[in-house]
Amino acid sequence: MAILRNKLRWFGAVRLAGLAGFVVLAACLGFGQAANSCLNCHSGLPEPLGVSQETFSQDIHAQKGLTCASCHGGDPNADDPEQAMSRKAGWKGKIERKQIPQLCGSCHGDPAYIRQFNPSLRTDQLAQYYTSIHGKRLAMGDTKVAVCTDCHSVHDLRAPSDTRSTVNPVNVATTCSRCHSDAEYMKGYGIPTDQFAKYSTSVHHQALAVRGDLSAPTCTTCHGNHGAAPPGVDRVQNVCANCHTFQAQMYEKSSHFKAFEAASLPGCVVCHSNHAIAHPTDAKLGTGPDSVCMRCHAPGDHCDRARANFYAGLKQLDLSIKNADQVLSVAEASGMEVSAARLAQDQARDSLTKARVTIHSFQADLVNQDIQVGLIIAAKDLQAGKAAMVERNYRRIGLGVSLLAIAIALIGLRLYIKKIEQ
Amino acid sequence: MSPVNKVRNWLDQRFDWDALIAPLRKKTVPMHGLSYWYFLGGITLFLFLIQVLTGILLLLYYRPGANEAFESVQYIMTQVKFGWLIRSIHSWSANLMIFTAFAHMFSVLFLKAYRKPRELTWVSGVVLLFLVMGFGFSGYLLPWNTLAYFATKVGTEITGQVPVVGRPMMIFLRGGEDVTGATLSRFFGFHVAVLPGLATMLILLHVLLVQRQGISVPPKLEARWTANPSARREMKFFPNFMLRELMAWYVALGALGALAALFPWNLGVKADPFASAPAGIKPEWYFLFMFQTLKLIPPKVWFLDGEVLGVLGFGLIGLLWLLLPFFESAGPSRPKRWITAAGVFALAYMVSMSVYGYLAK
Amino acid sequence: MATSDEGIKNPGDRPSAPVPRRGFIEVLLGAGFLATAVAFIYPVLRYLVPPKASDLGSDSVVAGRVGELKPNSGKIFRFGSRPGLLIRTANGDYRAMSAVCTHLSCTVQYRDDLRQVWCACHNGKYDLNGRNVSGPPPRPLETYEVQVQGDEIFARRRRES
Repeated sequence: MAILRNKLRWFGAVRLAGLAGFVVLAACLGFGQAANSCLNCHSGLPEPLGVSQETFSQDIHAQKGLTCASCHGGDPNADDPEQAMSRKAGWKGKIERKQIPQLCGSCHGDPAYIRQFNPSLRTDQLAQYYTSIHGKRLAMGDTKVAVCTDCHSVHDLRAPSDTRSTVNPVNVATTCSRCHSDAEYMKGYGIPTDQFAKYSTSVHHQALAVRGDLSAPTCTTCHGNHGAAPPGVDRVQNVCANCHTFQAQMYEKSSHFKAFEAASLPGCVVCHSNHAIAHPTDAKLGTGPDSVCMRCHAPGDHCDRARANFYAGLKQLDLSIKNADQVLSVAEASGMEVSAARLAQDQARDSLTKARVTIHSFQADLVNQDIQVGLIIAAKDLQAGKAAMVERNYRRIGLGVSLLAIAIALIGLRLYIKKIEQ
Repeated sequence: MSPVNKVRNWLDQRFDWDALIAPLRKKTVPMHGLSYWYFLGGITLFLFLIQVLTGILLLLYYRPGANEAFESVQYIMTQVKFGWLIRSIHSWSANLMIFTAFAHMFSVLFLKAYRKPRELTWVSGVVLLFLVMGFGFSGYLLPWNTLAYFATKVGTEITGQVPVVGRPMMIFLRGGEDVTGATLSRFFGFHVAVLPGLATMLILLHVLLVQRQGISVPPKLEARWTANPSARREMKFFPNFMLRELMAWYVALGALGALAALFPWNLGVKADPFASAPAGIKPEWYFLFMFQTLKLIPPKVWFLDGEVLGVLGFGLIGLLWLLLPFFESAGPSRPKRWITAAGVFALAYMVSMSVYGYLAK
Repeated sequence: MATSDEGIKNPGDRPSAPVPRRGFIEVLLGAGFLATAVAFIYPVLRYLVPPKASDLGSDSVVAGRVGELKPNSGKIFRFGSRPGLLIRTANGDYRAMSAVCTHLSCTVQYRDDLRQVWCACHNGKYDLNGRNVSGPPPRPLETYEVQVQGDEIFARRRRES
């Protein structure tokens, strides 16, 4: 079979070429890496000199083709340690903490260089860093503060979008807490170390870490990431306003805004706390342990009366909605169809939410407007529920009447049968 | 001449009416301790008629089609005057009818009424029972709520387990690979056209046979009455038994009304094919015993797939049940004990499996 | 067992039972039949009369009337069991979309100053095609087809069964 033999030979040649090509390709890619002789020794060394091949392969710099030498200098092609780590080849050794931001910034602050890898990546991180508390203190010689590698990790640095990255939004608070929750480490700085513990109890943490809502804030959302610093006592509401616009708008038009500014009080934080932000309840307007108004206001003054007004209004609407809900539930359980009223209840609840937002204006007439709207809807729904109950009773009466008619017919039949069978 | 007699005369002159209903006038019903069981067939028929009537009324407002089915049932329940009543009666009557159909079948079994010459009555009856369960299965999907959707999915999936013909059967039932709006259309067609047509014909046959052959008497009693004819107790069908049956029908009607008013049938939530099945999804109670059995069969029995074995097993049992009268002795000799035993076992099994299935997670 | 046929009487018998008792049973029976018939027929007859609220099905609702909305304004309407938003753009054409914010299900509104759909809860913004353009919302709003028939504006769901 001459033809077949020729074909087989042709196949063999193709396979050989393919194999050779594959080897060349693999060598070029270096299994994802450029030539990096450093790991030949360092992958076997113990901490702190050890960096395994596996770890380094996760690093985004390695994946983009950089080597150890890109940061540490030296010659990555040389197998001999003396040659690889020679000063002549530019070897820097272990980078001093003080030098790290400059080193990272030497590439990440160069738009022309970064454009080759990811044109939309920002290149102002170093400039921002120098405005931050960390950057300023580092400049003054404090090496305990965070530098790039403390947050971003090193040798297994991942992009922030990677869920395993130390700077992924879900992980940021944990990363910050490594220093900021360490009382020993933070001794002498004069700031509290309970922020992470408090944040972990907050609704924002619940939303972000538990529900996975990436729009919820973490440390860097309010404090900035590279330019990390507290926003400033008189600017807190601007930060909160990024998401909670309505509340901030109301607050800025209210009497409390000027008063808090004059007293150097940190706006929203006064009533809502900064880290331990719990879901606010109507009790904040009450007189119990959760109340915030009474911390400043004297009982009986006209502010206290306004507070009582707000509290009473919200409670009234809340109760009214619950009442209507209850009647609707009973009607539903008896088999009545009340979906239209249920939908309207959502609107009533929206009104209650709106009233709770309008509280931030601290103006009784605005708050009462929203409460009235809600009360009207809830009243209508209560009516609908009651009407459903009336209908339910009407059905039962109808049933009774029909059963009575049937009973008469049955008795009549019984008697008739008896009669005709005498 | 009284108005009734005038009408009778008119009919007689045209249709030979008197001759037509003469056999009815002569028909008798045996009276003995177990005679009350004779009502069950009539009640089942009554419930079927209720289903036809309420079904036609529902047809005036129901819209088949995944987009509109649920909303149309909601419309019937909330906007149409007495729509809640018609719909709840339809749902309750369906369940009651299936119950009375089973009860009727078992009473016929234990009273041995299926013996020669009544084999065909039994066969038509068993087919009717299967049709009634088909009515239940197809009708359950029509409101297109979550429970119905997933119950149909599971049920048709099980059909697909039958070797060779299972998959084509499943695709035929579903109108495609999955349960979709096409399934709904198809089930609607089955429920309002195909099944009613078949059922009507079979009911006519069944009732005609009963009329022609008269009502059967349990074997022991029959033997006694043959030996001593004067001991025979009978009641005229018309008007005595019929009036009693009318009482039974009124009671059934009252029960239906009470159930509909006091325990209205649930509407549920509109089906969402992309949502995951609710935990612990179960078929309706009349399929529970089969469903629970399939759940208990181990995945592999010998070299056969457990579920396939179960489905085939039920199919075989169904076939044997259909042919039951032909296993019975033809002559006047003592009827076979093992058939009674099989019946008792079947009843006990179905009841206990249904209870188990209901209580199981 | 005695047979009975209403009209047949044995000659020689005493006259039958007193008339009032005989009439009573018949009357009772007749009343029973009549009452049950009425209790049966009445609901059926009322059922047959179509209700005033017409059933358009879940796919389409009347969102508003022509002339109800000024250009560059919006209103909330009911679509099935959820709220919808009908917008009349500055050009005069209509847009309709679900009003349930895809972030935490608050009800959105049309902002004529921003010419965008806005959610008051966390400052989420959508463009006039329902696409989420700013803030927390992770997904666009479901949009509806708008058709003007006569003086009614219909919003219709876009999917098929």
